[in-house]
Amino acid sequence: MIPHMKNSEAGAAAISIRALHVIRGGIEVLPHIDLDVPRGQIVGLLGPSGGGKTTLMRAIVGAQIVAGGSVEVLGHPAGSPTLRSRIGYVTQAPSVYLDLTARENIAYFAKTVGVGADGVAATLEHIGLNDTANRPVSNLSDGQRSRVSLGAALVGDPELLVLDEPTVGLDPVLRRDLWDLFHTLRDAGKTLLVSSHVMDEARRCDRLVVLRHGTILADDTFAHILADTGTDNADAAFLALTDRNAA
Amino acid sequence: MSLSLTWNTAQRVLLQLRRDPRTLVMLIVLPPGLTWLFQYLFAEAPVPPTGPIFNTIGPRIMGLFPLILMFLITSITMLRERLSGTLERLMVGPTGKADVILGYALAFGLVATVQAIAMTAWSVWPLGLEIAAGPWRLGVVMVLDALVGTALGLLASAIARTEFQAVQMMPLAIIPQLLLAGLFIDRTDMPKALEYFSDVLPISYSIDAVNSLLAGDGGAILAPVAILVVFIAVSLVLGAMTLRRRTA
Repeated sequence: MIPHMKNSEAGAAAISIRALHVIRGGIEVLPHIDLDVPRGQIVGLLGPSGGGKTTLMRAIVGAQIVAGGSVEVLGHPAGSPTLRSRIGYVTQAPSVYLDLTARENIAYFAKTVGVGADGVAATLEHIGLNDTANRPVSNLSDGQRSRVSLGAALVGDPELLVLDEPTVGLDPVLRRDLWDLFHTLRDAGKTLLVSSHVMDEARRCDRLVVLRHGTILADDTFAHILADTGTDNADAAFLALTDRNAA
Repeated sequence: MSLSLTWNTAQRVLLQLRRDPRTLVMLIVLPPGLTWLFQYLFAEAPVPPTGPIFNTIGPRIMGLFPLILMFLITSITMLRERLSGTLERLMVGPTGKADVILGYALAFGLVATVQAIAMTAWSVWPLGLEIAAGPWRLGVVMVLDALVGTALGLLASAIARTEFQAVQMMPLAIIPQLLLAGLFIDRTDMPKALEYFSDVLPISYSIDAVNSLLAGDGGAILAPVAILVVFIAVSLVLGAMTLRRRTA
């Protein structure tokens, strides 16, 4: 296992996790997680389905009951009231109202964080749904639905975005557009934690955290992980990390 | 909780209802329709010395219509919110538990009120229901019945895991009340154990209030009405307590 980089400055990390322990349904999903996510970067959370990615993200946004350890987010314990308008969370399945339009959905979530109509229009532009903004979400494609769900999280202009598989099921053009959007947000100083089980998305992230069976196999830049494993692509690197961990 | 967050959710729930005209029509038209059916049922029966049957049994039965409808529709709508992930999203954000429950209660409460008033007005004027103690008092009891249905529905959504189970909650929550509320036998004539049980059921107080109205004693409905209001408030508080910011 590659030892993960410690942030020496206090408060430099957007997310700081120590000895996190989570049990779901009697199964130890995360036995012991230590992790720092630096501010202003896109950190990819990679690994196979069932590896604990969603559980880790839920712990970070304060939606998960944890058995032990500490999770600090933007300098506060996860789930603190002060964090509620500073984090944007997008679940894997689009969590929006199917009977409302894209605009109505985003306007509703906008009001929960005190954002008005201008912010809603800007968000629809960002996620490329201007043309379909007035159609009920039930009439939209899966990809469009997941973008509505993303828009509902973006509209409050949060400092930290926690995105669970935001590009799943999207065509390559939309995937590229979304990653461009993530880079724009990162360049504006936001921190993004993006999970994916598509190893190919690794190269678009500033750092990678590889999670398997609730254990962090690697926490480094993509280039360092490739160098360390002596591989030239994400899939091969993941297999090398898995084999090393099993040995 | 905050007024603007509560109203935000209430507005959203009303907007969703507006997108579903069938449900709206069912909510507003069905109770008067059932009342008409009930009145027509006795159209050719001999009139007993106590007066037309619709006048004596009608008001006791009517309260059940809004109660059952609101219970069903509220519990399933709230369950959808719990299951679709939107509740988790709201709970991660600034919206409070009370904002969600009161938002729903406000939206469905408005619909329930319109429904109960429509039903009462329909029974009194076109159908000729006579309430000596004043039809508006009957209206108040009917509105409270509809609100009890809403509050119980919100609570039931916490127990059900699926929409299938939510539908099963209806006979569980409603039929025992129907049997024990004093429709078939005076509550004081029931076996003691059942009488005590009926004391904690909201419909008992709705029937008590209607019985007082039929006896021409408008003032006597104050106590049962107050109990119904407390019941609604307690159910809403319990409903808000079943929401969790963190889940397993």
